[in-house]
Formats: sequence, C-alpha cells, structure tokens
Amino acid sequence: MIRIVDLHKSFQSQKVLDGVNLEIEDGKTTVIIGRSGGGKSVLLKHIIGLMKPDSGQILVDDVDIAKLDDRGLNEVRKKFGMLFQEGALFDSMNVAENVGFTLREHTKMKEEEIRVAVAEKLKAVGLTGIEEKMPSELSGGMRKRVALARAIAINPEIVLFDEPTTGLDPIMLEAINQLIIDTQKNFNLTCIVISHDIESIFKVGHKIAMLYEGKIIEYGTPEEIKKSPNPVLQQFLTGSIEGPIHIM
Amino acid sequence: MKRVSETLDNLGRSVLSGVEQMGGILILLISTLGWMFRPPLKLRAIIKQMEFVGVKSTFVVVLTGTFTGMVLALQSYHGFRLFSAEGLVGSTVALSMTRELGPVLTGLMVTARAGSAMAAELGTMRVTEQIDALYVMAANPIKYLVVPRIVASVFMVPLLTAISDFLGIIGGYFVGVVLLDINEGIFLDNIYKYVELDDIYNGLIKAAFFGLLLSLIGCYKGFNTRGGAEGVGMATTEAVVLASVSILVADYFLTAIMF
Repeated sequence: MIRIVDLHKSFQSQKVLDGVNLEIEDGKTTVIIGRSGGGKSVLLKHIIGLMKPDSGQILVDDVDIAKLDDRGLNEVRKKFGMLFQEGALFDSMNVAENVGFTLREHTKMKEEEIRVAVAEKLKAVGLTGIEEKMPSELSGGMRKRVALARAIAINPEIVLFDEPTTGLDPIMLEAINQLIIDTQKNFNLTCIVISHDIESIFKVGHKIAMLYEGKIIEYGTPEEIKKSPNPVLQQFLTGSIEGPIHIM
Repeated sequence: MKRVSETLDNLGRSVLSGVEQMGGILILLISTLGWMFRPPLKLRAIIKQMEFVGVKSTFVVVLTGTFTGMVLALQSYHGFRLFSAEGLVGSTVALSMTRELGPVLTGLMVTARAGSAMAAELGTMRVTEQIDALYVMAANPIKYLVVPRIVASVFMVPLLTAISDFLGIIGGYFVGVVLLDINEGIFLDNIYKYVELDDIYNGLIKAAFFGLLLSLIGCYKGFNTRGGAEGVGMATTEAVVLASVSILVADYFLTAIMF
C-alpha cells in the first residue's frame, strides 16, 4: 500500500505540491489526472524517490521513503517498475539487454534463464523476435511496449506509468491502454498512471485522482468522478475553456 | 547607481555559480571514489570506455604528437643555429614533449574527442530520462556511467601521452637529423644526457591527472544537463571549455610542484 501524507514541494518560489494526501489501493490502477505542468510527474518522482519532498511522507508498505538513504531506497525500488514517457530505453543496449537489465543486476539468474524470461516478458507485451534490435530501430509504440516489458521484468508489485499514451496514434493508444489493463490483471499489479487523456483514464483506472493547484481535489471511481459536481474537475473533463481553471 | 548594482549582482551570481560548480565536481569525485571499489566492478564497461577514450583517440594523438615534435625541432633549430647549438635540438624536443607538450596536448585532444562525447552522451541520457531509469531500476548511475569513464581516462590518457612523447621525439629526429642534417650522435647523446626518467614519469602523472579532470568535468556537465537538445549542446561546449582551461591551469601548478 502506498500512502502519501501532506506532501509539499516547491521549486524556488513556485509551489508545485501543496499538501498532497492520497492512498493508492493495492492491486488496482489509480490514475492521477491534472493539467500539464501541474505537478503530476513531480508527484510520481516522489513516489519512487527520484525527488525528496520539502515536507510530508511517502509511505510504501509503511516505510517512509523520503527518509531512506540510497541503499534503503534501492531496496524499496526493487518493488517498483516504471514506464517513462518516452520509454527511456538505454540507447547503447539492444532490446534483450534493456529488458534483462534488472534481472542481470538484481538476480542470480543464468544467461539462459534471463533469455527465456526476456522472451516471455516481450511476449506479454505482444512482441516477439526483436531481441537483437536497438531502441533507435523501434517505432514509438514498440519502444513503449519494450519499456513496459523492462518495467515488469523483475516482477514488481507496483508499476508507475508516466503519460504512457502521449504522442501515439489512436490505434496504438488503444493498444497501450489495453496492455496496461491486461498487464495489471495478469500480474496483479498496483498501477499508478499519470495521464491527461480523458478517454484513457476512464478505460484503465479503477480509481481516479485529480491534482489541481498542488492538492488532490477529487478522488473516486470513474463513475464517481464522472458524476462529481466539482467545477474544476468538470471543466478539465469537458475540456472547456470557460470555468474556474485559468488558461493563461 | 543602478548599473553598478546590476554589475555587482551579475558578478556575485557568476562567483556563486562558479563555487557551486566546483562543489558539484568535488562531490561527484567523492561519490565516484566511493562507488569505484564497491563490488561488482563493471569491468566490461571500463574496457568499453578504455577502447573509446584510448584506442579510438590514438590516431589523433599520433598526428598531434608527431607534428608537434617536428615543428618544435624546426623552430628550435632556427633559434639554436644563431649560436651554433643545433645539437641541443634533440634534448629540447624530448624535454618539451615529455614534460609539457605530450601530456597537455594529449589532454586537450582527448578532451575534444572523448570529454565532449561524455558530456553529450550523459546529457542525452539525462534529458531522455535514461539516468532516472537507472535510479528507478535500483542501479546507481555513478557506478554505471561515471566510474567506467573516469577509470578509463585516468589509465588511457597517460598511455596516449607515452605514444605522443615517443612520436614527438621521432618527429623531432626526422626533422633535425634527416631534414636539417644535425649530427645524429650529438642529437641522441644530448637526449640521453638531459632527459631523465623523472621527466617522463612526472609527465605521465600529469597526464593521469588531466585524464581525471577531463572525464570528471565531462561527466559532471553531462550529468547536470537541463533542457532538451539545446541543453545537451550547451553542456558539451561548457565541458570542453572548462576541461581545457582546467588542464592548462592545473598544468602550471603541477609543473611548479613537480619540477
């Protein structure tokens, strides 16, 4: 279980997170929505310890990761996988080396076992026979799928998705959404998805949280979110330029 | 009054940024030393970097070393000829190459070739979140990216310097003895007489230090890249300028201590 308690983060004078409170349910997909530049990625980076908060707690299985040193953080991070916005595959490694990276680093598996595990994870994301290809030879959608295979390679409990559908064509967007749903179900993962693609969030999310002006202003199931009277949330969902959210 | 305050403000900012940068480089050095001896050693990555920094820089170092030795012989010949001391050309070339020009020019050439590539590669990895991905996968980027580059540079720059020293002297020999007709015996005898092993060793120690400087600065600039392609370009330029200037400044102090 991940629990975020009164999380604050500022960059110089700009407050990005201003008292975020959020509980992420185990074995479910929680989607965090909000405007571009509204602090969603910053929140995600706090959850995995890439950023330290100014104050507040990030509890992963009751351990406050904000207080951990590098060694402790690395132990907690082994529970996580993360799919970055552009995949963040290592340019200098081929697909097999990318997907097998954590297995090589953190397990005592033999090369043959790693090869089998890599093929299995690639198959789980709908890819076969591309082990020898370099990331530069892959399309945007394939790169994201390989990155997802890498993220789940070590069988993590929690997978974070940073805007997984940004920059994809509608068909690939749908394919990635389905992949998130299937992966979550098949591996019984706790997923946290950052997105501002309205259609996707209702498809993949069991729970949806809206981050606005540094706070979680609404949290609920997709149905509850759709019915919410909150004008900020409704303006965001309808994409209207009229409303409480100032565009400029 | 406003202009004076603005100037002081800018000056203060520059000094602060310089101090911050030096602190950052020092912290990176300390972390690198901390990670260097923690197993498992990334030997494959170190060898790959040795190939990149060393083997692939050989051609440019061969050219630089040879032609520097040749031009040094040519210039010193014209000078020494004025008071009939042409025989000193060999020792002048050898001393200049081993003590100064070999290590400094090799350091500058490797900075231009490999130091810039380190900043660009790590900078690209930073802006494409590959460095964050390493952290997320519980793999420390200093161990994976910085340690191999620094170890490779500290070992390979002295080796390249040795090649440069040797070829510089050969180049000097070719111009002095073959082209300008200096007596071969006197040319070589003066080299044996005036060049001591300490000159060569100290030059190589300097080179190792330059290797440390150029890789540390290249990695620091790459690691701290912000922004997209423009940021990577800026990091690369800054790395080359800072590393080159640092090599020249460090050269003075090392020379003052060593010789």
